[in-house]
Amino acid sequence: MPYIPNTDKDRMEMLRTVGASSFDDLLTNIPESLRLRGDLDVPGPLSEPELMMHMERLAGLNKVPGEVTSFLGGGVYDHAVPAAVHHITGLPHFYTAYTPYQAEVSQGTLQAIYEFQSLIAELTGMEVANASLYDGATAVAEAALMALGIQRKRRKICVSESVNPAARAVLRTYLAAWGIELVEIPLEGGVTDVGAAAGAGADAAAVIVQQPNFFGLLEPVEAISAVAEETGALLVASVDPISLGVIRPPAEYGAAIVVGEGQSLGSPVAYGGPLLGFMATNAKHARRMPGRIIGTTTDTEGRRGYVMTLQTREQHIRREKATSNICTNQGLVALAATAYLSILGGTGLRELASHVLAKSHYAASELAGVPGVKLRFDGSFFREFVIELPVESSVVKEALTDIGIWPGIKCGCYYPEMDNCLLVSVTEKHSRRDIDSLVSGLAAVLATGEA
Amino acid sequence: MTGSEKTRETIVEPTIFELGRPGRCGFRLPELDVPALDPAEVLGAGNVRQAGPDIPDLSEPEAVRHFTRLAELNHHVDRGFYPLGSCTMKYNPKVNEDAAALPGFTRLHPEAEERCCQGSLSLMYHLSRHLCEISGMDAVTLEPPAGASGELTGMLIVRAYHTARGNPRSKVIVPDSAHGTNPASLTLAGYDAVEIVSDDEGRIDTEELRKVVDEETAAIMITNPNTLGVFETHIEEIIEIVHGVGGLVYMDGANLNALLGIVRPGDIGFDVMHFNLHKTFSAPHGGGGPGSGPVGVKAALAPYLPYPVISRDDARPEGRKYHFDYDRPESIGKVHGVYGNFLVAVKAYAYILSLGPAGLRRVAENALINANYLQAALREHYDLPHGDYCQHEFVLSASRQKEHGVKALDIAKRLLDFGVHAPTIYFPLIVKEALMIEPTETESRESLDHFAEVMKEIARESESDPAVVQGAPTATPVSRLDEARAAKDLDVTWKRRNA
Repeated sequence: MPYIPNTDKDRMEMLRTVGASSFDDLLTNIPESLRLRGDLDVPGPLSEPELMMHMERLAGLNKVPGEVTSFLGGGVYDHAVPAAVHHITGLPHFYTAYTPYQAEVSQGTLQAIYEFQSLIAELTGMEVANASLYDGATAVAEAALMALGIQRKRRKICVSESVNPAARAVLRTYLAAWGIELVEIPLEGGVTDVGAAAGAGADAAAVIVQQPNFFGLLEPVEAISAVAEETGALLVASVDPISLGVIRPPAEYGAAIVVGEGQSLGSPVAYGGPLLGFMATNAKHARRMPGRIIGTTTDTEGRRGYVMTLQTREQHIRREKATSNICTNQGLVALAATAYLSILGGTGLRELASHVLAKSHYAASELAGVPGVKLRFDGSFFREFVIELPVESSVVKEALTDIGIWPGIKCGCYYPEMDNCLLVSVTEKHSRRDIDSLVSGLAAVLATGEA
Repeated sequence: MTGSEKTRETIVEPTIFELGRPGRCGFRLPELDVPALDPAEVLGAGNVRQAGPDIPDLSEPEAVRHFTRLAELNHHVDRGFYPLGSCTMKYNPKVNEDAAALPGFTRLHPEAEERCCQGSLSLMYHLSRHLCEISGMDAVTLEPPAGASGELTGMLIVRAYHTARGNPRSKVIVPDSAHGTNPASLTLAGYDAVEIVSDDEGRIDTEELRKVVDEETAAIMITNPNTLGVFETHIEEIIEIVHGVGGLVYMDGANLNALLGIVRPGDIGFDVMHFNLHKTFSAPHGGGGPGSGPVGVKAALAPYLPYPVISRDDARPEGRKYHFDYDRPESIGKVHGVYGNFLVAVKAYAYILSLGPAGLRRVAENALINANYLQAALREHYDLPHGDYCQHEFVLSASRQKEHGVKALDIAKRLLDFGVHAPTIYFPLIVKEALMIEPTETESRESLDHFAEVMKEIARESESDPAVVQGAPTATPVSRLDEARAAKDLDVTWKRRNA
């Protein structure tokens, strides 16, 4: 048994030491009638080479970039990850440790998370940040619960329809049990209809927007912020961290709670998990935040050190009165983000964001030149944009998939009226040739009537 | 003393904000092969960031050395014993990491067409089936990204079940030995927590239970074996009482390691449970995540599982057999943006296959043997409030040491000086000065003997030289940290003025 050291001889001697004559003696508390008779019906055991052969076969059944050119995004993005990032997260000192309950032997994890919090605060312009949440979608839901906790008399949440559909789905799940009213604000030209927001915002604990939104478009955040302020709702902004290399930080337009999906900071797409939720807010709301928070302190000799702090908010102390039920978060993914941002630096992040901007605009204008294809929306965008096709998007996507191109996400899955639309995502990894192959592939598919 | 020596004395490792120089970069972008744009022109001046972000510029070697130096400040399972009770800090097999790093898994986008994802879908489908077999449940979702998320999912399923029968009901019962996540999760699901006190042996008191159950009881949440490491001997009666009023029985699977191949919760009447793939199924804890908290249910609850559900349809053409089923009208909804922590599922799947049925059973057996062996070695030196054979963990009390002024916290800190991690302390709440010890099956006998010797030494020190224990740790990168100060002078993000 490779992972279980003690042999049968060890076991017999150990059992004798505790006064048992056989293993079954240890089960005296478990009534016989409750015990499983016979073996579990699971496969194995496999040796290491057998196991890896099986796993490689399964992995080989998936198609991934390398074999295909992918323009899929929608909240999970394929940015380049510097090799150093996974070498850092691959250090067993980090990945085989647990939640830093014993701070004196967990300073590495604690300081890295403190640095993560600091980086999130710096990116968003907010004053404080937590140690991470599960993903961007649950972070939106947690932000809504936090807003309800701050605005105790309000029992309504408003969310723009341009917020990632998965995040809205999770939000719906979280709010349903409490009987909280969830109002979705309709769109105008792909962005939040500010007039409708003004109507919906009354009595809401929070108005939730995403910047850039699900379609990659920049929201009229200034106007929405004014609406939120007028109605007394807190503005919750869900933001993309890479975009913050060029886009104005949410603190500047009055966001009270900022959340987002941080997978794009140094983690692979990994079939959508693990992802990385983050949350930032202002100092006055720090004690209402969910999740772990790391703070600095000193040891008995005056050295700087780090500990989990404000634990009286948390479930292991407050139990049913906690700000959230979250315990473990996404520590290692937060470490990846920290390493990633350290390696890029502010200069690198600004440059990266401007490349993404340039490439996505190049792709949009080239695609809009394909006969029958046009851009669905006029607004400014970052990384992603929606193209409208003369036919149903599923037909085009199938045909392009056959020639190794994944052109984007079918918008009709989430917005039924957008059946003939694709959401195309472009990162710095796409070369001009990749983009040109999408353009010519799409033109060919539409021209030959395969679609 | 020079300035730099003084700095070294007060800072163990500078933050990244104190490193690097403007203009350095550890990363090279490909040459921009499309026309460059002016962000202000494309996005509008009002939408563009005017300054910052003020993130330091580091070269790759500076960054790697910084994080490597930080890494060396951590205790971790690959280095040594980590008997953190209830956390199941077992060894994380290396081959699982290799499997989860295969590009076919890491580079797969969740929006890829189903015919391009058959490997991942097949893996998740089969992992779900294996978890059903191990637990005796009928259906499993892998969507919850952590144990607490699994609890919330389970409680929302309970709510949906009762709602469909006309009344969501209002309360959920939890024993006083429960993990804090239990009451927090049921509250999030819109229920009121009803706590019941345990009996003298640390088990659920069936008389107390009878007093509180009624038609408003939606469920009871039970950790079994419980957090004292004690199997709930009267579990059949408990389940009967709750089922008797139409309530459901939830199992917190935190301690499933003790039951593998021995007891299947579904067989003995549990209706819904969560698994912790990062505990029982060896996925590493990552310094606090990512975890994975799949939920298993009996058939009657399956319609309420989060969507999508992975289905297998052998009538479909090869290469499209496995698919996501979104048509789940009674589902509680989504609990994660995509489908949970897929790479953690890969590791758990690899673990199950590498062990097989006999190996899984041996995991539980050796976990129990190790815990009982260690309990026997320590019971004379520390108080043992519940003295039967334990399951996979046991709880000592430092009340004897407290008479000399040595608290559980002091013992925990002193252990760090000997190079082992401390047990979980002050939990469960029903034991005073609790030290909760879970050795797991991956420790050798010598490792347990060493820990026992250290614990005995600390017990001796507590009597002969309590100041040594109270002043611990001294052999760690920092000495005891002032937690009160951290909460009072709150500093959770680096500010330039700190510099």
